[in-house]
Amino acid sequence: MSAGVSVTGPEVLSGPGGLPGATTAAGRHRKGLLYWRGRRLRPWRFAVLAVAGAYFLVPLWAAFRFSLAYNGTGWSLEAYVDLGSQQGFAPAIWLSAQLAIVATGLELVLMVPTAIYVHLRLPKVKRVMDFVTSLPIVVPPVVLILGVLAVAPEKLKATPFLLALEYVVLAVPLSWRALDAGVRALDVHTLVDASRSLGGGWAVTVLRVLLPNMRVAILSATVLTVALVLGEFTMASLDLQQTFPTWIYVYSQSNGHVSVAAAMLSLFVTWVVLVGVSALAGRRGGREIALV
Amino acid sequence: MTTVSSSEGAGVPGIDLRGGHVRGGTPVVLSELTCVFGSTVALDGFSLDVGPGELLALLGPSGCGKTTALRILAGFQEATSGRVFVDGRDVSSLPAQKRGMGMVFQSYSLFPNMTALDNVAFGLRLRKIGSGERRARAMALLEMVQLADRAGRYPHQLSGGQQQRVALARALAIEPQVLLLDEPLSALDAKVRAQLREEIRALQRRLFITTVFVTHDQDEALTMADRVAVMRGGRLEQVGPPAELYRSPETPFVAEFVGTMNRLPGRLTSAGRVSVLGRELGARGAVGGLGTEVDVLVRPEDLMLSPAPEASGIVTSVTFRGAQSRVEVLLSADLGVKVDVASAKAVALSPGSLVEVELSPACERPLVDKKSSRQAEASGAAPAAI
Repeated sequence: MSAGVSVTGPEVLSGPGGLPGATTAAGRHRKGLLYWRGRRLRPWRFAVLAVAGAYFLVPLWAAFRFSLAYNGTGWSLEAYVDLGSQQGFAPAIWLSAQLAIVATGLELVLMVPTAIYVHLRLPKVKRVMDFVTSLPIVVPPVVLILGVLAVAPEKLKATPFLLALEYVVLAVPLSWRALDAGVRALDVHTLVDASRSLGGGWAVTVLRVLLPNMRVAILSATVLTVALVLGEFTMASLDLQQTFPTWIYVYSQSNGHVSVAAAMLSLFVTWVVLVGVSALAGRRGGREIALV
Repeated sequence: MTTVSSSEGAGVPGIDLRGGHVRGGTPVVLSELTCVFGSTVALDGFSLDVGPGELLALLGPSGCGKTTALRILAGFQEATSGRVFVDGRDVSSLPAQKRGMGMVFQSYSLFPNMTALDNVAFGLRLRKIGSGERRARAMALLEMVQLADRAGRYPHQLSGGQQQRVALARALAIEPQVLLLDEPLSALDAKVRAQLREEIRALQRRLFITTVFVTHDQDEALTMADRVAVMRGGRLEQVGPPAELYRSPETPFVAEFVGTMNRLPGRLTSAGRVSVLGRELGARGAVGGLGTEVDVLVRPEDLMLSPAPEASGIVTSVTFRGAQSRVEVLLSADLGVKVDVASAKAVALSPGSLVEVELSPACERPLVDKKSSRQAEASGAAPAAI
């Protein structure tokens, strides 16, 4: 046992000869390897944490390490520096960004009013909505895109924005749950009644009362939709569109290091956004639940 | 269905927050309101007049329709039939936002994204009042509810009582014709509730604003209201000043819902008279043939106890309640009564004491009800006191 490991705990004091439930000043300020913030750490918890951490972090570390081994050198950021100058990179990023903006905009226009309306006027439909919004997860993207391509008008098929419509459908399970949780966290009925009694019409009530209080839920739905668009490969590939994920795949055939660097960068940006949303949620004093 | 006339308005003239001039209250009339949800009749021909500047409490058990009546008055709920008049004008078809009624809700209803000041100023902003005046008026209202120093705080930084005070200030900010309170104190602890109860009453009197207050708490209704309307099954049972409701209930339901009531076995002796506990006296509701067995409804304070070694009554408990003590007496296997006696006299009593129970001389014209099945069956030893 290392020095500093406390051996005076409640167990000692509450044993024979000790005072039941009593603690000492030393017990309240326990420090050492087996204690953290006064709580005793259990070895099995360490083990679970270590295994789970390794499961997530080892592949990421391997990918990151691979992206640094550009041109056979051991540690280099060249792959990241060269990213911007790679052929097709900028158009692919731009297309994905456009798709993300359009898909997210449509998603919010469609789902925010739906979530509010269902909670206010059709509470019995919530279970149906939970089921219906799960369907895009159940139906494989391949089936979805092939079905859409078979029936979509030629004019729409000629533009990449057919993909945006498909992404709206694909993001429904994520955005619905984020928005649903956000509306649940509010006493929507009372807030609406309060606003109306003060003279607020529906537009004022929604814009000045409900939406500001659903900010975190809306941000969460936005982040999830953007993350989905930036990472979706199957539909874009079958729709023959060179989005960011398809560019990564195509470019990996010729330069694996750069494509992995692009994937890492995408992951990093997504994480930064998620942390930003969580921080925003925390700054609101925890009134709205963190959804991501 | 009972329609009652307006009261004279028990409040005193108050001052307008803006100009300091005397304001007049607004009369409200609910006429023949019926509201049906599927197979449930929430209101069944409910009518009520509220006088100018009056504070009227809607009192009743859960599901009696009091909140539905309030929501119809506020414009949140549409009545299946019936009309709502405010200041003589039919507002039945007006949406809530155009009725000019301030409302405080049971659950905390402050907008979480706004400070206390912004919450109070919200209604003023919608009325296009300039930011300077808006802020001044909102601050004046926050001062009125003693929360000016919390103006910059968000709802989650305020206690429950403070939130309801801000909600009250917000409702008053729009200078409503009618103030509606939907159980605003029920989520608060007892001490804050008692304090806010007095504050609301004082404010209402000062502003002389017509107020309708929904509650299921009879103490709240009796202590705050000018008049209390007792509801049952979507109908009005009785409306009147608290003392009248307590002393002269018109129906057994009102008698038993407001305060504590004993059911004593009695017998009709002649038209309008009843014999109970060895005394014959005039009674209300005494309809039936000579000798008909009935229940006589008597308040605990209308009974007297006298210790007697040969008496049949056995004291089962004595509860100290300040100046008075509540004594429970078992008169027979299936009949128990509650009696209020001065605590100074109650010290001589203890569980097991033998006592005689008599009607107090102050007991006059008690209400009579048909004999309850519980007593008729004479089964078990459950006390008959309500």
